[in-house]
Order: sequence, then C-alpha cells, then structure tokens
Amino acid sequence: MKIAVLIKQVPGSDSPLRMNPGGDWIDENVVAFEMNESDSYALEEAMQITERTGGGEVVAVCMGADRVQKIIREALAKGADRGIHIKEDGKGEADPLVIAKLLSEALKDENFDLVLSGLQSDDLGMGQTGVLIGGMLGMPTATLVMATEIQDGNIRVKRELEAGWFQWVTMHLPASLAIQSGLNQPRYPSLKGIMGAKKKEIKVIEKSALNGGESKQSLTNLHIPQAEKQTEMISGEADAAVTRLVEVLKSEIRVL
Amino acid sequence: MDILVYLENNNGKIHRISLEAVAAAQSVGSELGLTIGAVAIGDGAEALASEASGLDLAEVLTVSADSLASYSADGYSAALAKVIESESVQYLFAGHSYQVRDFIPRVSAKLGIPFLGDNIAVRTDGGSPVFTKQVFHAKLAADVTASSTPCLVSFQSAAFSSDDAASGNANVRAADVSVSADEVRTSSEDPFQEAEGGVDLSSADIIVAVGRGIGKEENLPMVQDLADALGAELASSRPIVDSGWYEPFRQIGSSGQTVAPKLYIALGISGAIQHVVGMKGSKNVIAINKDPDAPIFEIADYGIVSDILEIIPKLTDKLQE
Repeated sequence: MKIAVLIKQVPGSDSPLRMNPGGDWIDENVVAFEMNESDSYALEEAMQITERTGGGEVVAVCMGADRVQKIIREALAKGADRGIHIKEDGKGEADPLVIAKLLSEALKDENFDLVLSGLQSDDLGMGQTGVLIGGMLGMPTATLVMATEIQDGNIRVKRELEAGWFQWVTMHLPASLAIQSGLNQPRYPSLKGIMGAKKKEIKVIEKSALNGGESKQSLTNLHIPQAEKQTEMISGEADAAVTRLVEVLKSEIRVL
Repeated sequence: MDILVYLENNNGKIHRISLEAVAAAQSVGSELGLTIGAVAIGDGAEALASEASGLDLAEVLTVSADSLASYSADGYSAALAKVIESESVQYLFAGHSYQVRDFIPRVSAKLGIPFLGDNIAVRTDGGSPVFTKQVFHAKLAADVTASSTPCLVSFQSAAFSSDDAASGNANVRAADVSVSADEVRTSSEDPFQEAEGGVDLSSADIIVAVGRGIGKEENLPMVQDLADALGAELASSRPIVDSGWYEPFRQIGSSGQTVAPKLYIALGISGAIQHVVGMKGSKNVIAINKDPDAPIFEIADYGIVSDILEIIPKLTDKLQE
C-alpha cells in the first residue's frame, strides 16, 4: 500500500496571532507553527494502514515556505518513509483549486493507492483539498473519516454524519480520504525515529515547475472581527474575579 | 437561474441550514436583481420540493434517479454539476453542512469552478457579492470573492436565520438531467448511532463545558465539583471526547449536541467554530480562558482571562459557602 499524506504547517491553537505591520497578513514572526491537527491524525492512520496490511510506503507531502520542512521532518521521525516539499514563497497560495491542482500534478505519476488529508486546516480552513485532489485524479472520495478497513482492493470507511450519526461507505482503491481528528492516537517520534529522519529523502519541487492554473477565488481584507456581543471582561485577581462572578450568577443571570 | 439553493434532506424535511441559505439567496438576489431557485436531489426530492414550493422562489427543481436513491458524493456531485450547467446557474448556495463539505468540492473539481465555503456573511460591492469567512480559528476574518461565475458558496450554520426565508409560491419542475449507475463508485450502509448516553443536554438549564485548557484528565474532578455546586450538566468540546475523557454524548458542537441553556460556562474552550455552532444559542455565556484572544470571548456575555485551574476551585468553594 502506497499512501500519500497531505500535511500543512499552521499556527498552533495556542500561538500568538496578530496582523503584520502592513496589515495584509498575519505577522509570521510571532507565530508558533505546528503540524495541522487533523493532518497528524491522517499521518497516524496512514502508518497504521501500512502496518495492518503488511508494509508499503508513507509519503508526507507538504506545500509551503522553507519553514514547513520542520513538519516534514517530524512526519519522517514518526515513521513516514520520505517527504515531498512543494516550495513556495511568501504567504502562500489561498485558492483551494490551485492548491489541489499543484498537489495533483506532484502526485499523479506516483500512483498512490491512497491519498489521506486532514479534514480541514486550522489556518484558512477551506476544507476542500483532499476531495478536490480525488476529483482531479479520478478517485472516489470520502470525508469526516473516523475508521478505515482495507479489504481486497477496496477500502471501507466509517464516516461521521451530523448529530452523532455514522455511516460505513465502501469504495475501490485508489481513493482520497479526508480524516477527522480523534480517530486514532497519533504517536510520538522515538529517538531512533528522530535520528533516522535525518537520512530520509525530502524531494523539493519548486511551485513554479508545476501548473496550478489560474486563481479563481481570492481572500483579502484580513481583519480582526468585531465582537458579536458586548462582553463584560471581569478583571482583577482570581479572588476578586470569583466574587464578581458569583454576584453575576446571583443577580444578573439569576441561576443561584 | 441566477442563484440556485441546494436543499438538503434531513429526515424527509428541508434541513434548517438549507433554509438559512435560501434566506441568504433572497437577500443577495433582491440587492442584485437575480432570480432564485432551489434544487432537491434523490429519494425524497419531491417532498422537499413540495415544502420549498411555499417559499419565495422562481422555481424548484428535482433530480431523481435510481443512482441517487441514497446520498453519495459521486452521485450528488454529478447531478448538481449537470444542473448548474443545464440551468446556467451563476451562484450555487448551500448550508455548510457535513454533507455539503463532502460533495460540493467534487462539483468544484468537476466543473473547474471555485467553492467559497463556510461564509458567515455576504454584502454586495459593485454588483458582485463579497463573502466573509472566519480564518485562523475564528480569530480573524477575511473577504472572499470569486473572479468568475459560476461559483459555489456555502454558509456557516446560523449565519442567516431560517425564519427570514420569505414565503411565496414556486413551481416545481423535474430537471432534465440523469446520473447513471456507473457514475457512483461507492456503496453506503445504513446510518447508525453509537451508544447514546442517558443525559439529554438540550434540556439542561445550566451547562458547564470543559475544553483543552483543563490540561489533563486528573484535573477533571474539579469540573465535576463545580457542576455539582451549580446543579449543572457536564459537557465538553471535541478534544476532551477525542482523548476518551468524556463520553461522546457530552460533546457540544457540529459533530455533537446543540444546546441553548440559560447559562453556558465555557472553561478552557478556545471557541473553535465547530464548538460554537452547538452553543451560540445559549442565553448567557461565561467564558474563562487564559488566552485573551480566544474567540470564545467574542460570543461571551462575561469573560475572565485566567487559568481555569485556579478559578474553578475558588468558584466552587465560593458557591458552597
């Protein structure tokens, strides 16, 4: 089983985030970048699938500036066999159709049995790339995947529906699956894995060497949203804040 | 048809989120002078169309075929792509549901047209719609535009109110498209629910919900103590359930329960939109989080920027006095 896992480097959920001085993008200098959460579950699932099916290859594929090599190395340290880095400069492509086209071009001659991606990135959150690539490469697709079973040229996946419902769906390979967070326990890299990762190959492809087509969707005017509600921020030391909070519970919300 | 709204089937009725998309379409359509229709696909399309015929729409289309009897990404994307082409649709509007996320990108890939997903607002500028989307964990927002039509657009749950979908009288017509069996490469089993818990969170007056900020499982008893002191039900955001610390039925959000209690206390919950859509209807929201930029404060009535591990025991003690 040969599996491509699409990973993206995004600001961590606890990372500081502010606009750059030009006001057109985030200030990347203050951001603590990490592997997108659902992508790390996709990576773990890829490794578990190869372990369950008796081998194969897991290739971590990532697009972005030079800084993204850090998460490719992290994927290699956790057990991916090699990496592909599609190198771009600046704030990066935002149009999912262009991103998917670039990735499809980079993947198409590799003949992967499976393309796994996280459901959605925690930066722009377009949530389309895995399905678009499946469409472009002629593969069936499934999203919100919570479990996988390989069966004889097919894959059976458990999909999450809304409001606590699930459904099993079966399709032939090759297929492209968007993985939901929480379906497994992502492993930590071992010391041996970290050492070994240094020797593994990362193939760098310049974005300009691929044809992503023209951009049809643009994202502009990045801004801090206005609060939907008037929020009373209770400040002060913990004891004073708690005293005020109890007063709010008693006399304003009236639940005590 | 200028704007076509996709009507999703929710147990034989039009999904609320699709009615919200109708309201969005009517708002944009009246500003830009565009005609609006709707489409329902698959078994039950007639029932949905009949329900939609009472809305202020130019026309309601149905697409039925054996291959579309139950939902599949292949079948529904093929059907919708064909309708968009044959009816010269400029804008396809939909609610950003799990089903829409699953098949609309396939329409995008098939037709090479952009999908502007998960928007929270729309305005018009120079005769074109400009959409607003949350990015970076909802800490920032951005304008999103398409450089050409047709394009595909979805709206986040509760971005519009289904009550605003205006009534009227629409004709129903079967669209002249078909989808053959070999276009559908997947087979689906019946949907099922996993073991349900005994607690109906939707009827709770007070909910104490805990998120990632609790740090580790050993800290959870203090949340239980606080809930007991308030007579509240316990709930959580997704990471707590993913970690196996709470049963899945306690999860609030798009993949869990939707609640609207009198009081919702969010402890160490950042306020990712997947959580917020499940609780934003709460009458009062108190948020405690050590990150002053956490988006949960945007929708909170009262906020405390502090470590929940310090505040929770003190609050419980004070309540027990």
